[in-house]
Amino acid sequence: MRLPKPTRLRLTSQIVFFLLFFFLLLRTEFRGSFSSSSSEIRLPHPVALFFQFDPLVAISNALASRALYQGLLWCLIVLIPTMFLGRFFCGWICPLGSIHHFFSNWKSERKRGKQLLESNRYKRWQTTKYYLLIACLIAALLGTGVVGWLDPFSLLVRSVGLSILPATDYGIRAFLGALEHSRFGLVQSLGGILHFILGRLLLSFKQPYFRQGIWLGVIFIFLVTLNFRITRFWCRALCPLGALLGIVSRWSLLGLVKHPDHCNDCNRCLLRCQGGDDPVGGVPWHQAECHLCLNCVDECPERGLQFKFFPADHSIGANLQRRKVLTGLAAGVALVPLARSTPGYAAETNERLLRPPGALAEEFFLSRCIRCGECMKVCPNNALHPATTEAGIEGLWTPVLIPRIGYCETSCTLCSQVCPTGAIWEITAKQKGWPTEVADSKPIRLGTAFYDRSRCLPWAMATDCIVCEEWCPTSPKAVYLRPAEVVDSSGNVKQVKQPYMDPSRCVGCGACEHACPVQDRPAVYVTSVGESRSRTNQILLNRRKT
Amino acid sequence: MPSQDPLTRREALLKLLRVTGAGAGAAGLGVWLAAHSTRPQATAAITIKHGHAIAPDPQLPQMAVIQGEDPALLARQAIEELGGMHRFISRGDIVLVKPNIGWDRIPEQAANTNPAVIAEVIEQSLNAGAKRVLVADVSCNDPRRCFQRSGISESAQKAGAELVLPDPSRFKEVDLQGEMLRAWPVLDVFLNVDKVINIPIAKHHSLTGVTLGMKNWYGILGGQRNQLHQKIHESLADLADFMRPTLTMIDCYRILIRNGPTGGNLDDVLLKKTLVAGTDPVALDAYVAKAYWNLDVDALPYLVMAAKRGLGTYQFEQVRTSVKTLA
Repeated sequence: MRLPKPTRLRLTSQIVFFLLFFFLLLRTEFRGSFSSSSSEIRLPHPVALFFQFDPLVAISNALASRALYQGLLWCLIVLIPTMFLGRFFCGWICPLGSIHHFFSNWKSERKRGKQLLESNRYKRWQTTKYYLLIACLIAALLGTGVVGWLDPFSLLVRSVGLSILPATDYGIRAFLGALEHSRFGLVQSLGGILHFILGRLLLSFKQPYFRQGIWLGVIFIFLVTLNFRITRFWCRALCPLGALLGIVSRWSLLGLVKHPDHCNDCNRCLLRCQGGDDPVGGVPWHQAECHLCLNCVDECPERGLQFKFFPADHSIGANLQRRKVLTGLAAGVALVPLARSTPGYAAETNERLLRPPGALAEEFFLSRCIRCGECMKVCPNNALHPATTEAGIEGLWTPVLIPRIGYCETSCTLCSQVCPTGAIWEITAKQKGWPTEVADSKPIRLGTAFYDRSRCLPWAMATDCIVCEEWCPTSPKAVYLRPAEVVDSSGNVKQVKQPYMDPSRCVGCGACEHACPVQDRPAVYVTSVGESRSRTNQILLNRRKT
Repeated sequence: MPSQDPLTRREALLKLLRVTGAGAGAAGLGVWLAAHSTRPQATAAITIKHGHAIAPDPQLPQMAVIQGEDPALLARQAIEELGGMHRFISRGDIVLVKPNIGWDRIPEQAANTNPAVIAEVIEQSLNAGAKRVLVADVSCNDPRRCFQRSGISESAQKAGAELVLPDPSRFKEVDLQGEMLRAWPVLDVFLNVDKVINIPIAKHHSLTGVTLGMKNWYGILGGQRNQLHQKIHESLADLADFMRPTLTMIDCYRILIRNGPTGGNLDDVLLKKTLVAGTDPVALDAYVAKAYWNLDVDALPYLVMAAKRGLGTYQFEQVRTSVKTLA
């Protein structure tokens, strides 16, 4: 029986993991189910699986918390074999790598003939990723999870989940809408059928909107277009996970052996090399750069290349310059004090920094959150969005709850279920005060709601309303009503019910702000003070007892 | 010396024709576009046949109040008392069952309709020959959670109904032809069915005092229905006028006595083990409001408004009622 070509195996593996990643990403959403009413609502699939296998996330988590959050121990499945075999993960598994690989194969003006040859040799700037890795790891050690800006899975979920997929949704819905509003019955039926199929496979339950969506999309597309200049530029120059795996593969038992007597300098191996590790004859091979794509072995017509265990050839590991290492260290060290000595962290908490339920106190949160966007993608109300400056510069792309867009469902704990690092520590619905009575339990609070009486209908416009009270999910309600006599603009005296807020009952879910008919700037709004994760960000004295 | 032969007359003519054609086309297109310049209007609201009531029958009761242990049996008996399901559902009908699935609450919290009651009504409809039974509501909380948490997803599916979750693309702008409410987005499933059965749950509500049958029609609307609170009584009368149901069944098995309509605390729930059904939606609301909240019609202006429009009578004592207690 003839074994399939190794490169074909590799391609199959890439496709399988790519499809798996996208399946899990599409399923990072509560689709509703017909199971019983009293069961906890959990996602049926382990959607954050890829993060659990990510050694970069695990090591950063360990440095930041001196512990390892549930599930991250699985990274050993990737880390240990990499030590033995090399960066097979980059070549065979990584879905971001596969995306870059795919686009690198496109015909490009810049990568033709001699230009392609020269561009595909090992380049010194490939060491940049090691310095980025060092900066990220030091930053993690000092307490900030900015490694998530560069971690490949974090990047993929954030870019695709919060930008590309919503954009695709929008486009598909617009197209389907055009079909379904057509004058021709046949076209309408076609639209209906397509809507049904795509609704099952691809579309979200409802169109999601994410702040900064366009920037996340643009950055991702930009990174992908870099492949038209240099094959797999991200993987070679920027990816800190690739750098990490490159460093630990220095003890690899597997290596590339070049047979110079077979080589006729055709350069076919160099043309198709993915990692930029110089498989050509005449120069040393860079172990730490190789993705084990096996293209070189496949291409060589003279059988001049071979991967062997315990290779005799000397290969070059990650080639780090001392000065640059120190620069990386310094950057990582400087980032934290610089970021935190400006307001937005300690001196002044942004009032609108509402964190997801289950979020740790801010200093712990910032050190663990890898800004991956899983929580934002899964939130059924589209309530969580990537922060800009609400949490300072280092808080970029951490999750913020924006009640005007979506409020926090009382019983929902989905964000805490998908958070891979425990920045949102997994909680139960009971801890959110559901379904038990609020009076006895101490539910998690996200903040407190306040009334702007100058905009509220019964306070300022002599008009009945109290939608806020209707929606308030606590029992007894945090919103209480008092009848009042008001005079309208024509001088008529009316009786209205005016709402008041009891901060000791309010959990800060934002349902009131979301439901308020004064939709541009709601007359009732939630600010972070009173959030249960912070001991200091409180108003009420009697909260100190808890 | 010219390097090419000069253009033949034929070529020159063709060239002239082409350019003239292009110019005429551009001019024509321009004229047509200019002639069609009008200020953009929002999509016109559609006017639609509404009202699903059946003919009254002076021999049969108009209201049935059934008490007992099993919620499904209460529903079954109530329908029996009112003349049997065949009075309401004809063979081949498309039936819409409208529960209250507004909130992310379990059945014990009495914020949504009892799932056993819904299942029973679905079964009865199918047995009476309905072609399809649909279950729909435009929930307040996330519909996926509400449908599941209320238990109605499971029970309705088991009974053979089709669930219709509110999809933003399925709302149509409809002229409700009311005194207060004109053009409003309505979930399309409510617009083209043969029979509508309204099955709310009895709850406290701070603005109207109670939320019963007529207020359940909120669940057909999308858009900014939070504005309706400003003229709640007129709005409720308008909605009831638009959706004249075939049958109303108010679930009083568990009622939410305070902190409605969301509730949450089990202490706010009273187990009444009752179902009140009938063909006069005004009388039903008036009866339940009086029976459990001791509210008279002067506290419920929307009932007076509805009665004025011929939707029923708020004087429930004058309505033919059948009261039964099951074992």
